[in-house]
Amino acid sequence: MRHWIAFWSIVLKDMRTYYLKPPNVSWGLIFPLAWTGMFFVRSGAGVEAVLPLLPGLVAVSILFGTTSMLAVTVTFERRMRSFERLLLAPIPLELLMLAKTGGAILFGIANALVPIALGAFLADLSGVAWSTVLPAVGLIAVASTFLGLFVAVSVSEVFEAQTFSNFLRFPMIFLCGLFIPIEALPAALQPLSYALPLTYGVDILHGAMHGAHALPLGLDFAALGAFCAVLFLASVRNIHKRWIS
Amino acid sequence: MSAAIQVAHLAKRFDGVTAVDDVSFDVAQGELLGLLGPNGAGKTTTLNLLTGLARPDSGSIRIEAHDCTRRPRAAQHLVGIVPDESNLYEELSGFDNLCFCAALYGMRKRERRERATELLQAFGLTDAAHRKFETYSKGMKRKLTLAAGIVHRPPILFLDEPTTGIDVAAARGIRQLVAELHRGGTTILLTTHYIEEAERLCERIVFLVRGRVVRIDTVHNLLLPERGRQVLIVSLADSAAPWCAQLAAAFPGLKVEAAADAELRLESAAPIRVGPLVRFLEERGAEVLEARRAHPSLEDVFVRITGVEAGEMRKERERAAAGA
Repeated sequence: MRHWIAFWSIVLKDMRTYYLKPPNVSWGLIFPLAWTGMFFVRSGAGVEAVLPLLPGLVAVSILFGTTSMLAVTVTFERRMRSFERLLLAPIPLELLMLAKTGGAILFGIANALVPIALGAFLADLSGVAWSTVLPAVGLIAVASTFLGLFVAVSVSEVFEAQTFSNFLRFPMIFLCGLFIPIEALPAALQPLSYALPLTYGVDILHGAMHGAHALPLGLDFAALGAFCAVLFLASVRNIHKRWIS
Repeated sequence: MSAAIQVAHLAKRFDGVTAVDDVSFDVAQGELLGLLGPNGAGKTTTLNLLTGLARPDSGSIRIEAHDCTRRPRAAQHLVGIVPDESNLYEELSGFDNLCFCAALYGMRKRERRERATELLQAFGLTDAAHRKFETYSKGMKRKLTLAAGIVHRPPILFLDEPTTGIDVAAARGIRQLVAELHRGGTTILLTTHYIEEAERLCERIVFLVRGRVVRIDTVHNLLLPERGRQVLIVSLADSAAPWCAQLAAAFPGLKVEAAADAELRLESAAPIRVGPLVRFLEERGAEVLEARRAHPSLEDVFVRITGVEAGEMRKERERAAAGA
């Protein structure tokens, strides 16, 4: 019980301090909306193009909402030494890191709901398999957050965290089938697409929203789950190696 | 009395540099032990090893009944830590910072609110309770950081340079609070490079130099050999250094050194006669402003035992004060 009091306090503190601040909302929402709007206008299609674009918009909203703040805040707290206070608290390190990422996961999920709500006004979403979309949104949020965590615990400075996360995020937008189908990519780049967690999340969303998915759903979920586990364990290992050495 | 903390043969190297080298000491229940040494002596690294923020290369740490070498986080619920720099959240208020720190130790909402209110009152910060931490002065920040360290009523407290970088009045306030905690039975391990602070607060002192323990003893025992020594401080209008050799030659048995630019420090096992000394200096053109007897201090003991010049420690103190 005592551990859970600490857990929720960290989640709530981070939500209040970081995730509900206007600059973060702009990164998490305005940027993906602008990005998708660009693709929408360029396609020259009408409202019927909303549904095929919605999985991409949802995924990018989650990716940017989770990673933009987490990678920076953990590095910033580490620089300010307030992260030390958390490391000194009597809670297991794994639970501490889950708490530290909890706010970002919840924020990522909330970010996904905004484009879905917008999509509901513009298109007919009655055919969407919500029982698949909702766990996929949750899992994409977890994987993206852990990617942000991995970035945060691999660098020392805030600017390095920003550079490193952009280095991962921007190629991911082009390579994971968000707006350009993987099979339309050059053959040399296709294996790289399958090494990215978002590829599997986007595939689930495409399948659940308009029936066009490339891989079996079970494989998508398993791969996304595996990415979550690997990124989290690698992050905890990095903390032990770099910060408690 | 049983030991609250037992440290044996602790060693730690960073990138080929030995930060802590075969350090051993015990802290008894309710004792206030000081780790005294210049910057870079290994004080903070020793604390980091004790708190689990760093892993020792060798040696053992035991806190109460917990083997912290094998399980570095095992005793974290028993320990309060006040780091050398305030590390609370700038954007939270003082009250919210304390409540958050209490929650990290599993305290329930009502309990943590009551404790935060109690501590803010005890530390004279009630008026600033709902102001953001970033608006606090350095002294207030140190006080709140100390309050955060004891929010869960730990029986053991680690204090890392608690008065560095704050003004004299704030430092005095912090020392009073530390003394009160000690009187209340808290076991305290304090690191400092302020010799007077260690002398005033600590029961026993560990002299730490270049990562090694040079001496451990009570303040009383450390000062004992100095009791018979006579010290005279002579202030001059001009530079003191040129007079050292002349005085040493003219007054055998006197140890003479320039304590500051225009200050001579004379030390002897026998009583020092002031008249002949002043006459000697004035006949040779020196202008003597003042001559006063001084009691041998822990600083003298520290310099004699460690070989670290008092001036080196004083410069650190001045640098810290300049940063305040």
